Amino acid sequence: MSNDSVGIVIPQKIEFNEPITLSSGAVLPRYELMVETYGELNADKSNAILICHALSGHHHIAGKHAESDKAAGWWDNMVGPGKPIDTNKFFVIGLNNLGGCHGSTGPSSINPETGAPYGSSFPVVLVRDWVETQARLADRLGIQQFAAIIGGSLGGMQALRWTITYPERVRHALVIASAPKLTAQNIAFNDVARQAIITDPEFHGGDFYQHGVVPKRGLRLARMLGHITYLSDDGMGEKFGRMLRSGEYKYGFDVEFEIESYLRYQGDKFSTMFDANTYLLMTKALDYFDPARHYGGSLAEAMRQAEAKFLVVSFTSDWRFAPSRSREIVKALLDADRSVSYAEIESQHGHDAFLMEDAPYMAVMRAYLNNVAKEIA
Amino acid sequence: MAQHNTLRPDLKHIADQIKPGSRVLDLGCADGELLAWLQANKAVRGIGVDVDVMSIVSCVEKGLNVIQADMESGLQNFEDGSFDYVVLSLTIQAMHNIELILQEMLRVGKVGLVTFPNFGFWENRWQILIGRMPVSETIPYEWYNTPNIHFCTVKDFDKLLGKMGMKVDKQVVLHQGETVDFLPNLFGSLALVQFSQA
Repeated sequence: MSNDSVGIVIPQKIEFNEPITLSSGAVLPRYELMVETYGELNADKSNAILICHALSGHHHIAGKHAESDKAAGWWDNMVGPGKPIDTNKFFVIGLNNLGGCHGSTGPSSINPETGAPYGSSFPVVLVRDWVETQARLADRLGIQQFAAIIGGSLGGMQALRWTITYPERVRHALVIASAPKLTAQNIAFNDVARQAIITDPEFHGGDFYQHGVVPKRGLRLARMLGHITYLSDDGMGEKFGRMLRSGEYKYGFDVEFEIESYLRYQGDKFSTMFDANTYLLMTKALDYFDPARHYGGSLAEAMRQAEAKFLVVSFTSDWRFAPSRSREIVKALLDADRSVSYAEIESQHGHDAFLMEDAPYMAVMRAYLNNVAKEIA
Repeated sequence: MAQHNTLRPDLKHIADQIKPGSRVLDLGCADGELLAWLQANKAVRGIGVDVDVMSIVSCVEKGLNVIQADMESGLQNFEDGSFDYVVLSLTIQAMHNIELILQEMLRVGKVGLVTFPNFGFWENRWQILIGRMPVSETIPYEWYNTPNIHFCTVKDFDKLLGKMGMKVDKQVVLHQGETVDFLPNLFGSLALVQFSQA
């Protein structure tokens, strides 16, 4: 493994026995969070960075669980010794959010009260509920204030929410390829994905576990649709164009174009790895997110609660959370007289650009976080 | 006070106009040299704007607040009257919509500070006279590779401000960093104009 990798990491499951009342009113008497950390927490516990994951993400951000793992964590190009989120300087925390399917308590977990998977009985969780559980995790680790909270997409929404709910606990928020709330079009895409899952006969109203089946077809379609929205037209055109797998038309409905093959592969892979109920929950958390709602519809008023300094980043070809959405966040922060810098990175990788290697993007992140490191030193 | 001599000459003269503790918007802030100086020496609260991502990186490195944006479409990010000073240094000659940016400067700020190469500088006039496009210290490009599209003289700029209902509060014309008081529109290669609503 290269020396800018965090190397082999071991995730841990942390148990919380104090009940949590969720935004919906539902109460979870106890829950577990799957957590992975990198680097060392310093003596005054001031160098912690929380990374919040997006729709299909999890706690495994960097490094490998075993030497034989094919791929490293989902943000390995950003997190590691000497990387923009430098684990030589920061103590970096990744977790799988409540409701997830990578080890934290979620719909596929066993409900201790019934001895069966939660399934359809798992409550809806909102971004603010995640922030609450993350705050409890910080308490457990003895972290009073994060040097930075960083997230892309849905992760950026969590970072934003943190600065509003716990202003004194966030020094810096890095909000990447995100939005202050979804548009009707965003919600529409999410609902098509949910309908694909819910109408799969093997979904069984969310209680498919007991039937020993998985609504694979629904998940697969949901992921294929999602994937289209993560890429840009130009990016897709450049990568696949109209390339045919066999070089000629077959006049049928099997896979012919490379893009079909790619999407089906992504869909198939996802449908064996991800939990259908978690997918529904994550998309609902996205749909409901709207921090301005509690401040008379004014995002600036919401951001006035914040004490953090902000870095907002968007990508030119991202049409799922377009640069204009990030500019709304920037405008609100400026109106609220908050400290903010904004970079609009030229990229053809669409929404996925926030996960990709890109020199100016990395340079902005590195420059910003270097100053954060100096500030807490 | 730190020394001025570390600042580019036109920036030094801009810095001289700015009162300590004020709010400054620097349009086309490049690597943030002016803002960094003002922040360190005059305790201003500053924000930079630039279209180039590498400028954003430089400013972020310096710990400045900076917004990546194209100013050609205006300054929608900023509310009316949110700044004491709005600076546009050596950028206006490369912009398309001059009237819009001047209007926007005085919408978001009380005082505008613009620097531009003076096309009326004698060397420029001389080169035109002998049949060549001017290339000089403040206009270093050849006609075929210049980003500059809107040249003006000190007189032209004043006239435009007047037409737009703005007034010149202060004018400093420079050559090689030194103030030019005698026939400035002829002997100055660089102009600094401070202006506000008439």
